[in-house]
Amino acid sequence: MSKQGTPRVAQASSLRPGRGAQAGSLRYTDRAALEKTWAHAPGLLGWLSETDHKKIGLRYIITALCFFTIAGIEAALMRLQLSRPENTLLNPDLYNQIFTMHGTTMMFLFAVPVMEGMAIYFVPLMVGTRNVAFPKLNAFGYFIYLAGGIFLYTMFVLHAGPDAGWFAYVPLSGPQFDPGKRADTWAQMITFTEISALSVAIEISVTAFKQRAVGMSLNRIPLFVWSMIVISFMIIFAMPAVMLDSGFLCLDREVSTHFFNRSEGGDPIFYQHMFWFFGHPEVYIIFIPALGYVSSILTVFTRRKIFGYPVMVASLVFTAFMAFGLWVHHMFATGLPQLGQSFFTAASMMIAIPTGAQIFNWIVTIWTGRLTIRTPVLYVLGWFAVFIIGGLSGIILASVPLDVQVHDTYFVVAHFHYVLIGGALFPLFGAFYFWFPKWTGRMYGEKLGQLSFWLLLIGFNLTFFPMHILGLEGMPRRVYTYQQGLGWGPLNATASIGAGIIALSVLTTVINFFVNARSGAFAGANPWNADTLEWSVSSPPPPYNYVYPPVVSGPNALWDAAPDQPYVVGLRTDKREVLVTQVLDAQPSHREELPGHSLAPFLLAIATTIGLAGSIFFAWWFPIGLGLVGLVMIYWFWPRKEDVIDHLVEEQREILREEPAV
Amino acid sequence: MIQSVLHPAGIQASRIGSLWNGYMVVLTTVYVIVILWMLVAVWRAHKNAAPQISDAEERPHSITVGVAVGITTVTLIGLLIASVATGSAVGTYGDKKPDALEIDVTGHQWWWEVQYPDPEPDKSFKTANEIHIPLHQPVLLRLATRDVIHSLWIPNLNGKRDLIPGRVNKLWIEADRPGVFRSQCAEFCGLQHAHMALVVIAEPNEKYQQWKSHQQTPANDPVTPEQRHGRDVFLSLPCVNCHAITGDAYATIGPDLTHLATRPTLAAGELLNTKGNLGGWIVNAPAIKPGTAMPPNQIASNDLQDLLAYLESLR
Amino acid sequence: MECRVSRLLLLSALLSALSALGCHRETRNLTASAAEAQRTVRPASLKNPYEGNAWAISQGQQLFEQYNCSGCHAHGGGAIGPPLMDDEWIYGSSPANIYESISEGRPNGMPSWGGHIPDYQIWQLVTYVRSMSNLEPQNVTPARAEEMQAKKAEE
Repeated sequence: MSKQGTPRVAQASSLRPGRGAQAGSLRYTDRAALEKTWAHAPGLLGWLSETDHKKIGLRYIITALCFFTIAGIEAALMRLQLSRPENTLLNPDLYNQIFTMHGTTMMFLFAVPVMEGMAIYFVPLMVGTRNVAFPKLNAFGYFIYLAGGIFLYTMFVLHAGPDAGWFAYVPLSGPQFDPGKRADTWAQMITFTEISALSVAIEISVTAFKQRAVGMSLNRIPLFVWSMIVISFMIIFAMPAVMLDSGFLCLDREVSTHFFNRSEGGDPIFYQHMFWFFGHPEVYIIFIPALGYVSSILTVFTRRKIFGYPVMVASLVFTAFMAFGLWVHHMFATGLPQLGQSFFTAASMMIAIPTGAQIFNWIVTIWTGRLTIRTPVLYVLGWFAVFIIGGLSGIILASVPLDVQVHDTYFVVAHFHYVLIGGALFPLFGAFYFWFPKWTGRMYGEKLGQLSFWLLLIGFNLTFFPMHILGLEGMPRRVYTYQQGLGWGPLNATASIGAGIIALSVLTTVINFFVNARSGAFAGANPWNADTLEWSVSSPPPPYNYVYPPVVSGPNALWDAAPDQPYVVGLRTDKREVLVTQVLDAQPSHREELPGHSLAPFLLAIATTIGLAGSIFFAWWFPIGLGLVGLVMIYWFWPRKEDVIDHLVEEQREILREEPAV
Repeated sequence: MIQSVLHPAGIQASRIGSLWNGYMVVLTTVYVIVILWMLVAVWRAHKNAAPQISDAEERPHSITVGVAVGITTVTLIGLLIASVATGSAVGTYGDKKPDALEIDVTGHQWWWEVQYPDPEPDKSFKTANEIHIPLHQPVLLRLATRDVIHSLWIPNLNGKRDLIPGRVNKLWIEADRPGVFRSQCAEFCGLQHAHMALVVIAEPNEKYQQWKSHQQTPANDPVTPEQRHGRDVFLSLPCVNCHAITGDAYATIGPDLTHLATRPTLAAGELLNTKGNLGGWIVNAPAIKPGTAMPPNQIASNDLQDLLAYLESLR
Repeated sequence: MECRVSRLLLLSALLSALSALGCHRETRNLTASAAEAQRTVRPASLKNPYEGNAWAISQGQQLFEQYNCSGCHAHGGGAIGPPLMDDEWIYGSSPANIYESISEGRPNGMPSWGGHIPDYQIWQLVTYVRSMSNLEPQNVTPARAEEMQAKKAEE
């Protein structure tokens, strides 16, 4: 049995069961106890009350991929409609709904949640702890995200899907020009997904700052974790802007406020400012985790730590700060004053400097490393080729005179797909291949993986490169068709063919994963001989992650570990305990007990959904929902008997300690 | 190319075109250098026996990265300066020129109302979905909207400017070669955003003055009996609720039809202005442009023929 | 596996049912049929096809401005013509009553629009006028227009 009192670091003597002093037998009994304490519960109730970060992380990822597939089908429909001039496959109303749903689904229901899911799964493992700081909040975050997605798509099926674009400018999305509940659905769905994002941001930042392994000082945190810390702060500052903006839109539409009504003192431009104050950081929230994946993959496949670690971290932080100062570049055509616009041109260009620094550091890492080419590396190299084009077209868009020519044309569509697919999706798929053995315990098929990469590279460029030219030739965005004599037909047809090749690539990856998850070669704990802590546990990891929380001696945890690397003993195995360490140098501070299974997060999600979804039909549902939320919160925070007893025992000890010895 | 950024026909678009060329040269060079650097790195790393991590081995690379970042910064500053200079030059920011020709453009869902104001009220006139301008003349387009945000974009002449409720935005154009330049709404404005086009016709000053003085005249009186009957049909149908024909009707909801027959297209660029198309549009506009405010009209076929004869006489 | 398949089938059945139900509030007819496009003073049926339809109310609002109903009724507050946003209805508030008021005209200055504009536009105006005094369901009526307000939000 582990002892009470401060946890302490122990030298590992022998790790083989049955040999050496305490270690072997300790390990056995501790492991068995941990298995029991951290076990998953079976059945539907078990699923609804789950708080294991790995399960929740995988839920985020899989749900996000389902939405990705749906949005991909929407894109395919759009490309089919646009493959010929004056095509009649989709009428304008349906096309407007479909392109809105495509953008909304990709941005709010896929891109951010999938990055969040990767964070939730890997950050606790990479920092050497057993769960996120707030497991019930984590579960709630997933349920509210799922509810938002289901809400949006239910309304879509009921012909009430939003149709004013993924950023829904007023007055087109306002009460006069967007009848029915379409824009309200959109605005309220945002509230769901942003609550989810905020909860993830809080967990990741607290976990990464307070639950790191002993010895993992700030300069030893993996770059993946740094990227997730940075986006957590960005989420906290950016999401409230869009929640307010969509809230104001709902209020204008439901209860006759005048935030955006020019005739009563409001301003449609105010909507744009508030949206893009969120919208620009949002794309960096999607992009920065991908930088983390690139670092993780390159470290392992070049067999060396990333060159210039301090510069890399500084670049991430710098990019995050600067991302909040760019938003007006989405509004250069609105007629704002010159001096203000020039400031945003300068800022939009300067943000290329930290990203450039990172790119140069990675190239040097490759230059001085020993590279092995596997599917994850191919996706990273593809990232270089594709994202840099997107970044450079971004420099073009940063310039006001150039932007006023190509704004709101297919040039912009090309740009943001280059930076989102090139910049975020390529590394994401590389990450999927990289961590597939950790998730499933089996290896994917290498040849099929390489094929999927080449299909994606070719298909993607075939689809989106012609769009640069289409924009320059005058084709605006969000058009359901175009006229015969304009000469846009051939390039559009090419783009549509490319879209088919992208679909083929994704299908190849899906088949690869499905087949090999069941019958691939066994991978073991660390098939890549990688450096971060998650590779030191079994594949897939046990529910408690680490039998003994590890101790870290360098920035590449497993490579810098000694053969007799110490670990931490002393955490209880009969409760779900984690070690809390200090922020700067990760010395042990105290122990924290984490909650286990609970239905409260699911119930809270239901209560919140009732309040939010109902309020667009009848405003009183909002306070009713709030009341239900209050009731569920009482249930959530109601102290358990063991907690009360522990608290009283602790109180007594305090009193005894303070009294002078008799 | 009649709707292309890369075929400038005006001074602003030419300046922007030069800036574009400069950017393309610089940015393509940057891309090629970075990708080559990466490919060489990959090729070398494939051959490396072991990774080089010692501090001594890393120092020269720190210098390389520093230099690369420095070059990036300097390049960006250069691009920034070029951009700001071009922006001022194209009058993107709306300075006033005393000899400018001012034209008011109002956006509607989904057509463009164009008005040529004049100090003498009876000399100002309205047309729809087309703008005529004389060559080598600075033209100030004053942009307003009747409903949602639209955006006027004539790629051959200048960048775009949004039409925003409650504001009057300004766009400068100045054509330096004659031609017909197509423009399309560039801010999503609803169901028929895709079919909201406008043509800009740049012509020598004499031709422009001819066109303008003709537009200032009231509508032609019908001459033949069919045309006279056609005018009666026009006045008895819902047409008069929305359309104006100077001398006969004065509504301001739909496009002004006074000189309808002089226009090259109908329905904001969607149809060529032919008798058949006009007839089809009058009878069932929503079938051609779903969502349009123009309603379908039930009308006897001989009445329709006479109406078309009248409308075709509105030169 | 079986359970999963049958759950999936149930889900798709539900989705198709929902889709078929559609939502009357949200349907929008962008192209009018020949019957709807007729201009008659007395149509065959006096049943409002757009009752509870948000698109019709929005179109009616546009028509109200375009046909200058505001010229006499202001934005519902009434000027030369009686107010339309209160509870007093001289000739009745049912859709058929309002249709007849618009179509045939009424004494003291209400013009007759029947035969001059298509029937479906009159029905759209009827639905809009009813929404002005909150006779249409609340979640179908827009809260305000993009203009100066005729009445405060609380009224």
